[in-house]
Amino acid sequence: MLRFLFSRVIVLIPTFIGVSIIAFAFIRLLPGDPILLIAGERGLTEERYAELQAAYGFDRPIVVQYLDYLAGLLTGDFGESIVTKRAVLEEFFSRFPATLELSFCAIVFAALLGIPAGMLAAVKRGSIIDQSIMGTALVGFSMPIFWWGLLLIILFSGVLGWTPVSGRISFLYFFPPVTGFMLIDSALSGQEGAFRSAVSHLILPTIVLGTIPLAVIARQTRSAMLEVLGEDYVRTARAKGLPPWRVIGLHALRNALIPVVTTIGLQVGVLMAGAILTESIFSWPGIGKWMVDSVFRRDYTVVQGGLVLIATLIMLVNLGVDLLYGLINPRIRRN
Amino acid sequence: MSSADDFSNGRSGQWSPWRAMLAEFWYYFSENKGAVAGLFVFIALVVIALLAPFVAPHDPVIQNRDALLLPPFWQEGGSTTYLLGTDPVGRDMLSRLIYGARFSLFIGVVVVIGALTVGITIGLIAGYFRGWIDIVIMRVMDVILAFPSLLLALVLVAVLGPGLINAMIAIALVYQPHFVRLTRASVMAEKTKDYVVSSRVVGAGPLRLMVRTILPNCLAPLIVQATLSFSSAILDAAALGFLGMGAQPPTPEWGTMLAEAREFILRAWWVVTFPGLAILITVLAINLVGDGLRDALDPKLKRS
Repeated sequence: MLRFLFSRVIVLIPTFIGVSIIAFAFIRLLPGDPILLIAGERGLTEERYAELQAAYGFDRPIVVQYLDYLAGLLTGDFGESIVTKRAVLEEFFSRFPATLELSFCAIVFAALLGIPAGMLAAVKRGSIIDQSIMGTALVGFSMPIFWWGLLLIILFSGVLGWTPVSGRISFLYFFPPVTGFMLIDSALSGQEGAFRSAVSHLILPTIVLGTIPLAVIARQTRSAMLEVLGEDYVRTARAKGLPPWRVIGLHALRNALIPVVTTIGLQVGVLMAGAILTESIFSWPGIGKWMVDSVFRRDYTVVQGGLVLIATLIMLVNLGVDLLYGLINPRIRRN
Repeated sequence: MSSADDFSNGRSGQWSPWRAMLAEFWYYFSENKGAVAGLFVFIALVVIALLAPFVAPHDPVIQNRDALLLPPFWQEGGSTTYLLGTDPVGRDMLSRLIYGARFSLFIGVVVVIGALTVGITIGLIAGYFRGWIDIVIMRVMDVILAFPSLLLALVLVAVLGPGLINAMIAIALVYQPHFVRLTRASVMAEKTKDYVVSSRVVGAGPLRLMVRTILPNCLAPLIVQATLSFSSAILDAAALGFLGMGAQPPTPEWGTMLAEAREFILRAWWVVTFPGLAILITVLAINLVGDGLRDALDPKLKRS
């Protein structure tokens, strides 16, 4: 197992270096002079320009500049925002809980609905239930989620007036963040209605972000389940006279879940891409919106740092999924 | 005379297995009713896109100041001049949607062709030659895949400058690793098979082996992936348009139309509903076809 762990960690190193090269190149590939972009000042004098050039190290050989940048990354120095002058890492971690909370709710929503739906479709294979579940899943999979979010706002916020349109909690409530997770913080604050407000703000974004993972999980569960239902041990369990729910819920599901767990883990990339859109629609103050805003504000050091942080995050989660899979399924480890 | 006969005989001899394959393909494909329905919708969209100047009732960019935010004809205040209503500056929704089909299909075609050709070429090289060149290529692909595709596309467009063409380049670049991986895996699986070895023994060079001998036998998964990429490209391009980084106004691209309509969502449902519905229908139709293609082309899944 240790060897397996080691082999998986080793391959991440070149990938991380590649990610850092892309981020490093990004600022230098932008149209215009990187110094003017970073300085954000107009009408620079020549002395000031040279000063900035030296300050940012642009006067040194490109390889030295890169190694310096990489060393910075490894020691947690992701530069500072051009706009706010705060450290990029600090900004990232102040917004990350919002994205984590939303993504967590979305994936739980997707799994709680997707796994039973996929099971039902597999058990009732070929029936009208199967067809409608799979049809719905395909619609979900094809959904432009930025439009889906707007539709839900029209219906639930506009017509019915049930849910708020944007943000994480109503302005009526204010309390200092403890964990950064609004659901926990609002419950801890002890203010009446705060928790309910947080929940009502979370519902629509959760549905929107969870839609595509839900469709993927339902499809994956169905096909994994169909495969398992054809196995000998399932037939044996049936032949023993076990009730169908026991065969399906216990014998089959346990094995069918292995690929499904992997699928859930691999949705992180999908969730991050979805967070960019979902957070933009609902003004959710997470890292997706942070990245989009930074692109528009031309806060390029933030974009640069965010790229590395998000890619690293996805790499680590994928590594975790890989290890978990190796743990559940020993056959994988041998390769 | 006789040589011409030989030639035509040879040709027909070459063509009939193709025809048989096509017939077999259609047999399996047409069993999937959803796929056939998706194909018909897709064909209809292509026809509409090609004939846009003839079927669109109005010019998609001309503004009518007397008809701002008119509802669709069935609602009170709507008129049959503007069947699906007008947008905030008085442009005909239906015409814009019809012209929008051109952009979306064009985006899909260009992105898929770009990602496919680059991906297949790189994948063939990696899978055929292996060694250090393979390692380098695959590590580079890992790096691209480490980013969420939409984020990388967004950042690339920030570098290249917002616009439809740059959005397409960015999306194609982000998608090609999937084709590289697929091609490489199939090439590696096919390379040691007897038919490849025998044509190598007969004296076929690497280029011929790669392109003529191996590639045709790797096509099935690539075709399925290409359909998937086609629909994802339409979604991602629309998403970029929605974020303001794709096609720029007044281009009647569906995602861009949504972005322009956003502030009117609670006042005029139609300016938001129709462009998104158009995206959904197009993407759904292509995904239905993709599912059918997978069933028909993948022998492992066939009648399992």
